[in-house]
Amino acid sequence: MTRALMEGSEAIAEAALAAGCRFFAGYPMTPFTELLEHFARKLPAAGGVCINAESELEAIGMAWGALATGARAATGSTGQGIALMQESLAEITRAELPLVLFNMARGQGDYFQATRGGGHGDYRHLVLAPRDAAEAVHLTQLAFDLADRWRNPVVVYGDYLLAHTAESVEIAPETFPPLPPKDWAVDGSLGGSGRSRSVNPLGMTKGIKGIEPEPFWKRLQAKHDAMARREPRWEADVPEGSELVVVAFGTLARFARLAVRELRGESARVGLFRPITLWPFPAEALRRACSGARRVAVLEQNAGQMIDDVRLALEGRLPVAAIGGISSDAAGFGIGPLLDSEEVRARIECALAGREVSA
Amino acid sequence: MSERETLPAKPALQLGVDHDLCPGCGEPLALRMLLEAIDELGCARRAIGIVGIGCYTALSPLMDVDVVQALHGRAPSLATGAKRMRPEALIFTLQGDGDMVNEGLQEVLHTAARGENVTCVLLNNGVFGETGGHMTATTVLGQRTKNSLEGRDAAYHGYPILIGDLLAQLGGTAYAARGSVHDAAGVARTKRLLRRAFETQLAGQGFSFVEILTMCPTGWFIGTARGPEYLAEVLGPVHVLGELKKDGRYVSSEELRARATAK
Repeated sequence: MTRALMEGSEAIAEAALAAGCRFFAGYPMTPFTELLEHFARKLPAAGGVCINAESELEAIGMAWGALATGARAATGSTGQGIALMQESLAEITRAELPLVLFNMARGQGDYFQATRGGGHGDYRHLVLAPRDAAEAVHLTQLAFDLADRWRNPVVVYGDYLLAHTAESVEIAPETFPPLPPKDWAVDGSLGGSGRSRSVNPLGMTKGIKGIEPEPFWKRLQAKHDAMARREPRWEADVPEGSELVVVAFGTLARFARLAVRELRGESARVGLFRPITLWPFPAEALRRACSGARRVAVLEQNAGQMIDDVRLALEGRLPVAAIGGISSDAAGFGIGPLLDSEEVRARIECALAGREVSA
Repeated sequence: MSERETLPAKPALQLGVDHDLCPGCGEPLALRMLLEAIDELGCARRAIGIVGIGCYTALSPLMDVDVVQALHGRAPSLATGAKRMRPEALIFTLQGDGDMVNEGLQEVLHTAARGENVTCVLLNNGVFGETGGHMTATTVLGQRTKNSLEGRDAAYHGYPILIGDLLAQLGGTAYAARGSVHDAAGVARTKRLLRRAFETQLAGQGFSFVEILTMCPTGWFIGTARGPEYLAEVLGPVHVLGELKKDGRYVSSEELRARATAK
């Protein structure tokens, strides 16, 4: 497999193709637009379909229809467009369809949207947050596998820097354990047999009058509980004796990694914990990583969202400080002054000294 | 008296006859015509229905064809994705006027404009039946509903949308027609319209659309037996029956009305 220099958007589209994605629909919006462009160019050439949806509502609806036929399908947007998709996202989760949804977000302010969701009722989806293009290639392929394995949507959370930074990547198709056949997918072939299929988010069963919401919702809850137990992913770089553990995800974790390594080179006792799954949040792993630490600092590019999960995970055992904050460029695309290794280093130094970071 | 043929209680593609819809409802009749049309065209083993949200949603477990349940208004987009992945399948939506013309107007318009090779079927009774008789975008002027108690007033509630006319004018629409199930002739004609729409799709000619006017005595606040008459007298003059797009030519509801009057 050869290495190639390409922007994150292209790497993600290539990885999706390698994973067998055959359908994509999207509506342009910065910084997601290039992902749509790459799919529009690459998918038809690979025998798939990419539709320029007339709205985000329609984009996710089209993906829903494609998924129901058993195809691997995806859509995406930035957080604003994904806000429009929330009703369908909730319902697709209850229809147990394996949607892969890319959020090329404007910064990290969509953490709550990604991990809590804005749709109706009880539902959950996995959220993978790549640190760079190379990891995005892996997590994109993993997203399609996990979506099929759990029959549940998976969100890939990226941002402007991930989407637009050209990096050297290797697009190697990964192999995963065998998946069960998609015998639930509609192809029309069982019509008239008395065994025709129904892809249904309401708890309806063919031949049975009415709906059975409670047992249906409880079965989904049990599945989501199992996902929460089995799917947490993280990277912990917390050497023995670390007094401070910095928690950061995605692009910002990349800046934090550089700063933490530099500081350790200067004998600072600091570690870095990076959630790879934002949901399920790797709470137990974080507790273990912080067992010898004296305090925790959360570096995120928003007003304070992941910090809630960090505090829940630590159950009040350690003081938790926010060292990130809202940080934006003039256009609001999420390229703020916080995305700077010197700035990140300065904030971690503050936390090491037990000083508060002024927002 | 001539010998009358007694049809079976249910079409071959229906799993049962038991349902919870109101007496006098036109939707089970429309469903029957839909399922018979699919069967007669030999498409039972290639049909996929995308069902919207309304009273008719309760009929979907009775349909012995593959079904995908959509959200309110979103069926045409699901149909698009399904058809693009399974071009050989006969893909249709089943939607009410609240679903298609209120909540999902842009979906059906864009699907038609794109010339998606799918068939959208509208069950139009001019009210939200499932919530108990509320005004929709197709409610005719003067029609009383639970939220237009003195009758739909254009100055206050605006005008009804003739969705068939909107769709028929789009380049991607190959076939559009409006039928009704308020009398025997209308029921038989509705099946012919559905067959033509499906044939349009099978021939790969583009978007096809059939609107079926259905009785909703509960939502119209009238006696069950008065349903067909009310449909003909109140909805009929506005949502005129006929073929609105055929062989590339758009015939407006107005023109259809003029033709009917001239007869």
